[in-house]
Amino acid sequence: MDELIRLQLQKTACRVRMGIIEGVYNAKSGHPGGSLSIADLLTYLYSVMNVDPKNPDMPERDRLVLSKGHTAPALYSVLAERGFFPKEELKSLRHIGALLQGHPCIHIPGVDMSSGSLGQGISTAVGMALSGKHRSQDYRVYTILGDGEIQEGQVWEAAMFAAHYGLDNLVAIVDNNGLQIDGKITDVCSPEPITDKFAAFGWHVITMNAHDFDDIERAFREAESISGQPVAIIQKSVKGKGVSFMENQVGWHGAAPNQEQYEQAMSELSAELERLEALA
Amino acid sequence: MSDVMKKATRESYGEALTALAEKYENLVVLDADLAAATKTGIFKKAYPDRHFDCGIAEANMMGVAAGLAATGMVPFASSFAMFAAGRAFEIVRNSIGYPHLNVKIGATHAGISVGEDGATHQCCEDIALMRTIPGMVILNPADDIEAKAAVEAAINWDGPVYCRFGRLAVPVINTNADYKFEIGKGITLRDGNDVTIVATGLMVCEALEAAEALAKDGIHARVINIHTIKPLDTELIQAAAKETGCIITCEEHSIIGGLGSAVAECVAESCPVPVHRIGVNDTYGYSGPAVALLKEFGLCADNIVKVTKAALAK
Repeated sequence: MDELIRLQLQKTACRVRMGIIEGVYNAKSGHPGGSLSIADLLTYLYSVMNVDPKNPDMPERDRLVLSKGHTAPALYSVLAERGFFPKEELKSLRHIGALLQGHPCIHIPGVDMSSGSLGQGISTAVGMALSGKHRSQDYRVYTILGDGEIQEGQVWEAAMFAAHYGLDNLVAIVDNNGLQIDGKITDVCSPEPITDKFAAFGWHVITMNAHDFDDIERAFREAESISGQPVAIIQKSVKGKGVSFMENQVGWHGAAPNQEQYEQAMSELSAELERLEALA
Repeated sequence: MSDVMKKATRESYGEALTALAEKYENLVVLDADLAAATKTGIFKKAYPDRHFDCGIAEANMMGVAAGLAATGMVPFASSFAMFAAGRAFEIVRNSIGYPHLNVKIGATHAGISVGEDGATHQCCEDIALMRTIPGMVILNPADDIEAKAAVEAAINWDGPVYCRFGRLAVPVINTNADYKFEIGKGITLRDGNDVTIVATGLMVCEALEAAEALAKDGIHARVINIHTIKPLDTELIQAAAKETGCIITCEEHSIIGGLGSAVAECVAESCPVPVHRIGVNDTYGYSGPAVALLKEFGLCADNIVKVTKAALAK
């Protein structure tokens, strides 16, 4: 990857993380851990997807369904960075009458599907991909799942269907941060081995480092080269990535920072942003 | 009524989809391994490229339908009422209802007239479940003609529609040349001022038969066909309540949450009159031939006559 592009992505991802913290702090609730673990992924995707903030309903656009909808702050922060709505909206996340609902809602500019009841988003993404194939439209469909989420049986119904219909315009990314509300995924009810499961369902499987833009680019280039079957990218990620005291801590799955924690998180991210800006 | 033509509305569903396929090019059909029974197999034979079998996976089917609708298609997701409304309820609620997507649900084998398969497949709760979803339209046609009209009306309606069809062949009654189907508009099939019989689905035919019998005893019953349970034609129901003073509701569904509840809610708020509900009395069905079962459960003209006379005697 070109160094300048990588640096640009790193800076954007840092701002996206600041937006996540801003949103969750002001909402006094929400899910920072799993939002931070997909910040790099979403930053990358919205730099390559065919979308237009001025025309969010453009029929030929690429689509993204955040199946792990509780990490909406990450999606909203990326969409705000891309100009779908003002960043100011992040401050009223989850407030009465606000644009930004606790979980993604299709009526928000740039949000392609309401989601959040786990296991459902992937099916709707499959439907969008089927539609594209059926009508020979060349848009691509991305969906992001949690590694705990794939305990839902509907995910595997969808996986079976997508492979059966050869939906090679579909990429499902599993955010493998290893933690869910009740603890480690391997302690709660293990979905491992995740790669073998998707492979057994007829998917092309790629593993990826979720916090390395070179590796992210490599994975998505490989995904694009696959024909005849859907692609699952298992991204190895760190829950809470980018905020030192949130990293790999299950308690930060669904808790908002207090003022002191908010200030510490923002100061860490600001320092990182300054460091990156100094590199330019 | 042995000389009357009979047809199951599931058959009408399959035929209507096929007949409308050319006119509506965005129409596609999903099924969950029941195409032979839901009769979407008729469509599949004619338009194999527009029929997607999802296998025995109704939850995913509803989500796929949502995704298809989100990209401009008009999908009919088909299964038995038990699985479409029951098993997949939360997907219908969250992936179709909440985003208000243009998905049509074709639910066949509703009610106890499923017959021999028994209680696990006799869905008497679907109308109640679907009524609680904001923005969901519920159509429950009475016969072949109405079922076909309902399918086309559903296609032309922008938003989710639950269409309820039956397994049992039922008489074709809507043969009037001026028959017109409009979502949300009930049809007065017979005038009368002593009592109103409000019926839906296969009970409409029974209601007409009951009214005929009642007339012989000097009781003039108004008969209203409510093919759209939601949105309910409240004007028509309220006028009937005012003008006749007593309502009998008839449905092949639980007395809880369906037509009877909808009518009672409507009347209670505006023009309280006695409402007597004929339906499945908060119980499970069981195996048996469909027609015999309907009689067992009081879903027949004889019982409507009995209930009506008892209501008027009070």
